[in-house]
Amino acid sequence: MNKAKELDTPLQSLGQARRAQLLKFWQRFKRNKLGLLGLGISITLVVLAIFAPLLATHDPYEPALYERLTAPGAEFWLGSDELGRDIYTRILYGTRLTLFIVLLVILTSAPIGLLIGASSGFFGGWVDKVLMRITDIFLSIPKLMLALAFVAALGPGIVNAAIAITLTAWPPYARLARAETLAIRKSDYISAIRLAGASRFRIIFRHIVPMCMSSVIVRMTFDMAGIILIAAGLGFIGLGAQPPLPEWGAMISVGRKFIFDQWWVAAMPGIAIFVVSLGFNLLGDALRDLLDPHLRNR
Amino acid sequence: MDVRKFIDWIKHTLLWLGTVGITLLGLATITFFISRIVPIDPVLSIVGEKAPPEVYDRVFLELGLDQPLYQQFFNYVLGILQGDFGTSFVTNRPVLEDLISFFPATFELATLGLIIGVITGVSAGVVAAVWHDKWPDHIVRIVGLIGYSIPIFWLALIALLIFYAKLDWVGGPGQLDISYEDIVEPVTGMILIDSLLAGETEVFYNALSHIALPSILLGYYSLAYISRMTRSVMLEQLSQEYILTARVKGLSEWRIVIFHALRNAAIPLVTIIALSYGGLLEGSVLIETVFAWPGLGNYIASSLLSADMNAVMGGTLLVGAVFVLLNMLTELLYKILDPRAV
Repeated sequence: MNKAKELDTPLQSLGQARRAQLLKFWQRFKRNKLGLLGLGISITLVVLAIFAPLLATHDPYEPALYERLTAPGAEFWLGSDELGRDIYTRILYGTRLTLFIVLLVILTSAPIGLLIGASSGFFGGWVDKVLMRITDIFLSIPKLMLALAFVAALGPGIVNAAIAITLTAWPPYARLARAETLAIRKSDYISAIRLAGASRFRIIFRHIVPMCMSSVIVRMTFDMAGIILIAAGLGFIGLGAQPPLPEWGAMISVGRKFIFDQWWVAAMPGIAIFVVSLGFNLLGDALRDLLDPHLRNR
Repeated sequence: MDVRKFIDWIKHTLLWLGTVGITLLGLATITFFISRIVPIDPVLSIVGEKAPPEVYDRVFLELGLDQPLYQQFFNYVLGILQGDFGTSFVTNRPVLEDLISFFPATFELATLGLIIGVITGVSAGVVAAVWHDKWPDHIVRIVGLIGYSIPIFWLALIALLIFYAKLDWVGGPGQLDISYEDIVEPVTGMILIDSLLAGETEVFYNALSHIALPSILLGYYSLAYISRMTRSVMLEQLSQEYILTARVKGLSEWRIVIFHALRNAAIPLVTIIALSYGGLLEGSVLIETVFAWPGLGNYIASSLLSADMNAVMGGTLLVGAVFVLLNMLTELLYKILDPRAV
């Protein structure tokens, strides 16, 4: 009983310290107005995705041919498309697809990159050489080109697009994790853990990877903006999400035919892409100023 | 140059060539494996669905699909080295021929875009660094951020709507108005140069009105990156002690910025500009589809839609190889320009 209590206190103070640190972090973050705007946009995106059915004014898929290509107004806030579907509703539902792609890509590419980079830096020698050469080769091809080639092979579709983007998105994480690992590999605390008998995998996963997290989070936020743009580009070319899915890039691709007369069909989803991607970029900028130790003093 | 230095130089050059070779081989490996995982049967796409089995078998053998995978890969690389990228199923011509005929238009567009991007981007970056944390810096940052966040194909559509359809300031999609087509004999494949060579100024101005919008858009696309990097390089230079010395000497601020700081920033800027050129080749895929520009990007995009894998892989290889070579060349240039880096 007594023993349990004794053990409890340091844990509690650790929790308190973390909370205090988080609060301090938030207070520093708050000062960056553009960063707050970015955070606001990102949160709004999530909220809209969750409550899309409640906020929608129409059905996103049901055609209404008598009302096709209606200009923005009271009935269709952002106009209607070539099948008479409400563009506002479709953009709203599109938030779900955007989030789906972004999360799928981030949650697969970051761990893959981290694992490759951390192993590369930790083991060194020929493991490092081989893994880094592979990373460099992937880095040396323009991302969109590589994603296009992959998606051409896998076939069009939203999941395939996400897989293709993942295959192009992991190398920067590997580079980053390797650099961080190299910097901390020789540090005393790693030697201490090794002396305590921790296995190599334990050291990598429990002690090295967590140290890379702050740089990885910054990178992830920036990446989200890039992923949205590439996914939209794939959709625009016709290789991403397929109709009738309300993916923003694909919607612009459809609206392209009407751009000179019914501009809103293409213009509205583009604004959505721009705002969301700007939001992630602003958030990334703010987080980098706070988290990335290399740039903190700039 | 003494002997040891010379040997060092040879060693570095060989190492560099080796790295380029391995990277290009890696690129070929990726495209090879991508074309292997395609669910499309390459034989069927040549002979068609209704071909008799003996024709199918013959083509199957001709393509070398009976051989083990490593042998196929070896043949693939050997073919590429000899300039054999296979035949495009759509145009029915060797892919290499297609690539050569489409490349100049992209080269012209991307180079013009880069020139615009470098001029505006470097000046914007310098301005931002000189007025660090003042309003010009913020404006440059916001303009750059917008460039980073905006889907370029969408911006292209909106620009077409405003500057072509509404204001009629520029030419529409394509390289020329229909009435000007086929007047100039293609020499270089670059319409601006060809029309000047032929002395057709009217064609030249028409071509200029068509290339203006897409090249400005590509320029803006690279401005975002170039201005941000220029700013950070310039900030670093301006905080160095030699700048202080120059100030103490009483030189004018602009002289210090242009002749001292920017000159020293030039070396890293070369790398940045080369990297953004690779980015422009990529951006041209999307821009060219919007502007119906008869270049590589358009060729790749339309091959993608018709699942013409030889053409897609050929295009990917070409763009990738240009990108790799640019990267590696700047690394080499860096070593020549900056004696400290070896």
